[in-house]
Amino acid sequence: MDLKFSNAEPFPEERDAVDRLLGAAEGGWHGGERDEKDLRRAHTGHAARSRRHLVLEALHAVNDRVGWISPGALNYIGKRLSVAAADVYSVATFYALFSTNMRPKRIVHVCTDIACMARGSKEVCADLEKRLGPAGAMSGWKHSPCLGVCERAPAALAVEAGDPPHEHLIGPVTVDEVVLALNDGPEALAAEAPPIMAVPQAGQEGLMLLKRVGRVDPESIDDYIAADGYAGLRRAFEMEPGQVISEVKDSRLMGRGGAAFPTGIKWESTAKQPATPRYLVCNADESEPGTFKDRAILEGDPFALIESMTIAGYAIGAERGYIYLRGEYPRAYRMLRNAIEKARERGFLGENIQGSGCSFELEIRRGAGAYICGEETAIFNSIEGYRGEPRSKPPFPFEFGLFGKPTVVNNVETLCNVPLIVQMGGAEYAKIGAEGSTGPKLFCVSGNLARPGVYEVPFGVTLGDVLELAGGVTPGRTLQAVLLGGAAGGFVRADELDIPLTFEGVRANNSTLGSGVVLAFDDTVDLTGVLLRIARFFRDESCGQCVPCRVGTVRQEEALLRIAHNRRDAAAKGRDVGLLRDVGRAMKDASICGLGQAAWNAIESAIDRLGVLEETK
Amino acid sequence: MNAHDPGAAGRMNKSVPLVTITIDGEEVSVPDGSTILTACNAAGKDTPTLCYGDTLTPKNACRVCMVELKGSRVLVPSCSRKVQPGMEVLTDSERVRHSRRLVLELLGSSVDLSTTPRIDEWMARYDADPDRYGERAGESLRRDVHEPGEHHAGNGSVAATMSQPVKIDNDLFVRDYSKCILCYKCVDACGVQWQNSFAIQIAGRGFDSQISTEFAAELPDSACVFCGNCVEVCPTGALSFKSEYDMRADGTWDESQQTQTTTICTYCGVGCNLNLHVQDNKIVKVTAPHDHDVNHGNLCIKGRFGFQHVQNRTDDDKD
Repeated sequence: MDLKFSNAEPFPEERDAVDRLLGAAEGGWHGGERDEKDLRRAHTGHAARSRRHLVLEALHAVNDRVGWISPGALNYIGKRLSVAAADVYSVATFYALFSTNMRPKRIVHVCTDIACMARGSKEVCADLEKRLGPAGAMSGWKHSPCLGVCERAPAALAVEAGDPPHEHLIGPVTVDEVVLALNDGPEALAAEAPPIMAVPQAGQEGLMLLKRVGRVDPESIDDYIAADGYAGLRRAFEMEPGQVISEVKDSRLMGRGGAAFPTGIKWESTAKQPATPRYLVCNADESEPGTFKDRAILEGDPFALIESMTIAGYAIGAERGYIYLRGEYPRAYRMLRNAIEKARERGFLGENIQGSGCSFELEIRRGAGAYICGEETAIFNSIEGYRGEPRSKPPFPFEFGLFGKPTVVNNVETLCNVPLIVQMGGAEYAKIGAEGSTGPKLFCVSGNLARPGVYEVPFGVTLGDVLELAGGVTPGRTLQAVLLGGAAGGFVRADELDIPLTFEGVRANNSTLGSGVVLAFDDTVDLTGVLLRIARFFRDESCGQCVPCRVGTVRQEEALLRIAHNRRDAAAKGRDVGLLRDVGRAMKDASICGLGQAAWNAIESAIDRLGVLEETK
Repeated sequence: MNAHDPGAAGRMNKSVPLVTITIDGEEVSVPDGSTILTACNAAGKDTPTLCYGDTLTPKNACRVCMVELKGSRVLVPSCSRKVQPGMEVLTDSERVRHSRRLVLELLGSSVDLSTTPRIDEWMARYDADPDRYGERAGESLRRDVHEPGEHHAGNGSVAATMSQPVKIDNDLFVRDYSKCILCYKCVDACGVQWQNSFAIQIAGRGFDSQISTEFAAELPDSACVFCGNCVEVCPTGALSFKSEYDMRADGTWDESQQTQTTTICTYCGVGCNLNLHVQDNKIVKVTAPHDHDVNHGNLCIKGRFGFQHVQNRTDDDKD
């Protein structure tokens, strides 16, 4: 490929950041020193072009080091990876954590999403505005969509570019902490709350998915092994891969990421594909507002995911797995990196694992602030170094997935059920929970409740049971509504607490479990404001590929803004609600992916079920 | 109606098995591997398309060609979905009409469609009313500044648009992105599908996306080779030849007075075909036939723009 670049050169620290990831540049064609060998050096072909998948990692390297991506750095990444400058730019400008405009090294992302809204983020932001000026990169603090720390709302993520960079999740955040992180760096902050803080049930008997959280040192593989770790993998290696798939099918495990697809069927159809290599992708891009269950596992029991993925890889015949981790989870990233390293040292990853003859390697890919990358095909494009735009289906991932090969994509929680299934047997596992929804389930319980956190319950308990586990609403307040399934889910009323939390139970009640979000709002919360935030979220997170979602999410937000600003004009409100319905239906019917198709769900349910926009306030 | 490529098998005259599907209750048979759009064309159903390109891989981004497919939870894009035996397709159901109407409204309310062929006819056919989303927001000077995940929300009193200053940074073609529907056709024509220049891509995210060079550099400073193949495929006139742009600005552009002559480019031995668009005995633009086996609608800078010598005449030469 004969690519043309501008004359902009990288700064030394940008060059160094990229070189540390990719190794030193070879010759002038790839951004290094020009020498006489360049005349005889081949600089094109498949080898040069096969490095595109490193674009996102290279952008991270520069952004982590300098805080933003300059034209010189962009050129250098392009030259090193044989990708056109316009292409690198298109990727860099897709992700919210990257900047192509110069900005300070320290930035604090303050969550303004719905769970934090219920717990005072508005007040924090109002105070920050007074102390630091309006939100924006140059004043050092920015508004952020859900950071996945809803149990400690309001939350913030403090980052400092450098060598090494520092990243720190804060919750509940105070104005003083934001100012401290900006003045003295995130390192000056008190240590992050331990992982156990996200799991109020930690240490209780009978837990299956959360049994080790708080009980073992998440950095110690010995602790993990001593606490029943790798028993599942040993059991799996005693079976044929096909048998493992049969057990998973018998367990009737359904995906926990939101789509609730039967995991065994997905595995079987992938394993049947003749094309190789096959890939396993773990979707750890947990970005649905109100969702933080995967973070609790990744921070508290990271080896569980490594073991689960090894079993899955063995079952489907994949020798390489990717963990696509959202960029806003710094501690989960550290824990996973450590776990992979330790597992490799001890022969639980790599060639011929534990003498089984099975080989499996794992790589972490960090997202960079894009909700859409949690979509199962957008995740492929993102890993491959393209913009995280969803692909058109068919073809489906099991036939044409990552790098065009048969691929299984599973959510963290889904995978972590696998060692349990293998150990106890699929049929036995299927006895837990309800008929159509087997096994234990994690719920992300947040909002105006006494003890928000991740709760593990067998499928079948009611919404009311879960709220009670979390201590119910604050005394003196009354429950106004509950959002199930996150921004892409739906609201239910305070008098609907007997809804059984199973896939079939919520479906029968015309709602969804989604990713397991149970977000309670008491009577102090302005629900119209919550709807506006949801609309804003989808408008910001739409990838922009298809018209219904790209423009529809804008028109949806505009209509809600008009209603919010002009509450007394009933005729205008009626017109706008009609418009919302028209746009919502087109988004649901004609968008490429689930983001657009679900962008109207919560708002529709608020109108129809809660009567929110009918109120005359 | 959309011309369709019969595919390699068709060109080689091999017999391809036919697949029969039902469209609006009538059976139609098309070669295996065809799209629903091809079947719609064969059945005489006029399907609106914008991002579909007869020389490009379907991107199915505009969603104006959606049809209802029995058994599918959502509507499907006819331009890219392949036919399968027994499919039952509806092209004019209430659901399809609603979806097409909304897509046209959403585009019409955010993009200047004044030079998009057939748009008025489709707007009328689907009762689209783009004005109901409110007054259109004025020109933005910040569309080339990308801060994904952030936007200024305002109060909903104006409808956000693509409106922005026109980009005139060279003598050959003009980029008026106020008219851009982000269909990706220019990006695909510039990239691996045809030109392999990679000068432009989509930058930014969501509604703030924009076709752009790196850091919005001007075209002469970018990797652009000025082949004009992006202009060739642009469905809305967002990209237009400078000659056409200037004549439209002067009010002298008149397609009814134009003739088209197909000829062979004389610059080299490849044998690309050209369509010379002539008005008042002057070449006003050059396009290329998409169904020609040599160049499939593509040209290089010489074939596309190197026609001045033909009309480098003194006043004495005229008539």
